[in-house]
Amino acid sequence: MPLSLTLGPLLFNWSPDRWRDFYARVADEMPVERVFIGEVVCSKRLPFIADLFAPAVERLTRAGKQVFMSSLALPTLKRERNQVEDLLAVPDVGIEVNDLSVLPFLKGRPFAVSPLINVYNEGTVAYLKSLGAVHVCLPPELPLDSIRALAPLVDGVPLEVFAFGRVPLAISARCYHARIHDLSKDSCQFICGQDPDGLPVDTLDREHFLAVNGVQTMSYTHADLLGDIAALAAAGVSSLRLSPHACDMVMVAQIFRDAADGVCAPQDAQRRLAAEIPQAQFSNGFLHGKPGWKMLAGAD
Amino acid sequence: MTVGKRLDKVELVCPAGTPAALRAAVNAGADTVYCGFADETNARNFPGLNFSRKEMSESIAFAHGHGAKVLVAVNTFPRAGRPELWHQAVADVAAMKADAIIVADLGLLAYAAEKHPELRLHLSVQAAAANPDGINFYVERFRVRRVVLPRVLTVSEIAAINREIDCETEVFVYGGLCVMAEGRCSLSSYATGLSPNMNGVCSPPGAVAYVEKERELVSRLGDFTINRAGKGSPMPYPTLCKGRFCAGKVTSHIFEDPASLDASELIPQLIAAGATAFKIEGRQRSRSYTDAVVRAFRAAVDAVATGAPIPTGMLASLSEGGSTTRGAYQKTWR
Repeated sequence: MPLSLTLGPLLFNWSPDRWRDFYARVADEMPVERVFIGEVVCSKRLPFIADLFAPAVERLTRAGKQVFMSSLALPTLKRERNQVEDLLAVPDVGIEVNDLSVLPFLKGRPFAVSPLINVYNEGTVAYLKSLGAVHVCLPPELPLDSIRALAPLVDGVPLEVFAFGRVPLAISARCYHARIHDLSKDSCQFICGQDPDGLPVDTLDREHFLAVNGVQTMSYTHADLLGDIAALAAAGVSSLRLSPHACDMVMVAQIFRDAADGVCAPQDAQRRLAAEIPQAQFSNGFLHGKPGWKMLAGAD
Repeated sequence: MTVGKRLDKVELVCPAGTPAALRAAVNAGADTVYCGFADETNARNFPGLNFSRKEMSESIAFAHGHGAKVLVAVNTFPRAGRPELWHQAVADVAAMKADAIIVADLGLLAYAAEKHPELRLHLSVQAAAANPDGINFYVERFRVRRVVLPRVLTVSEIAAINREIDCETEVFVYGGLCVMAEGRCSLSSYATGLSPNMNGVCSPPGAVAYVEKERELVSRLGDFTINRAGKGSPMPYPTLCKGRFCAGKVTSHIFEDPASLDASELIPQLIAAGATAFKIEGRQRSRSYTDAVVRAFRAAVDAVATGAPIPTGMLASLSEGGSTTRGAYQKTWR
């Protein structure tokens, strides 16, 4: 069976209008089976988009997408810890767990495990399955050798890999967007909204290195596993996660769909992707057990 | 709660990368020493460091003979398809009668709780339990008795957590300072291919290079410049998140300054916040470092116990680049 496609949660701070238009287009045009929505990175962004969740879920569900609501990555304050209750109030959707602290709230509700959760082995998958996990997106740093070893041992839990977009690398209590702009976290002026794909961080020698997205640190490069799709399918992976960016994501999804279906050769798909986002640098080093920023020839 | 009520429980938890460092820590006044096996089960997997099974067994006997406890860290994430190394480590810790095991991986916690219910479980900081719901989950599911808190919490946040949980808390008071949620950071593997979670190392020495230019020294990690300094100026070790970078129009320590944590002056406040164990980081450091830091903190904890002022300046020469910070405990950026 060809790999299915998942649209991961939007990790950046987009305006409510942009957010609404984006998910309308996802529902109407994007060839993905599953869509994750919700705020993962910063609870301060939530009030601007929270009212958009229910209509988006309805529209996406009507379009035949399986919908999950994503929880916060680092809930600390009381209102952040209670936020999962709002997600649970939305009927007929799964919950994506981005921090293990939400597990006690789920009370048997099926859940998906996010790439921000440390799932490195079959013991952890088995334990999460016993609690109700129905879908696991593996940590981006997990190499293909480990995925090959893991997949036969997970008792049918569908495994996903992070296949497109800036890779989430770290999360902190401190807001780097605010720090860079000499603002405090509490009066941040939502400065992260100025960078719809994150703020690039270069070295002193002007090498592109990382990107900052509020309290999150990401790769400068965009993950691109188009050349590795056959190897991933052979390893037992069942879906690919595409992380939303400001480029034409419908076209990005179509390129991955064509590559997964075999109607477009991997090299041609990679050329199409590079043409779609000419400013981007791509990487797949993590999958090959190499430094994550590197781009290697696809796995056999 | 008052400071006095809690003092009998305060425990100084000290690092040991070798049996010699363990003996030094015990002799210098450590209540408890933490260490790990010389393999990939422990998150300080550096060459020449850590304990063989025989060394561990003898070291536990030495510590117990001197009234000190030993905690063994089996705190990496087991490799897929190869859990035996980690399962054996758990069994050995139990058989050696160590006082507790420090674990991060969910699957390994479940294994230890089921197979070795008598073994006291401590939750590693690498498990990233940073709020009461997460901590209570581990306590209720696996009977975790102590959680090591991440270095991103304020004193008041620690106090708030302690009001809602039913286990002990261990806090870092000295040494390296992680600014990212610990156990949830792949910055090191992005630059070098090796990470804390998979390889037990962060910004590993094998990936470090110092390049001499005409007037300055450049520190590199993998293929990336982490910092530059004029010749003769101090050049800190190129830990990735402590580097100087450019973002927008800003060139600075974007993530964190290269200072190390020294919370010795906050011991009374941390006790009042309910912390029962004070952890010194640095299993990779020398025996003489261990000796000096443990003596300084023994003096500090004993001073607090008798109401005397905390001795200052004992640690200045030991810290990274000579500069220290109270870290997030008194954060100014919230």
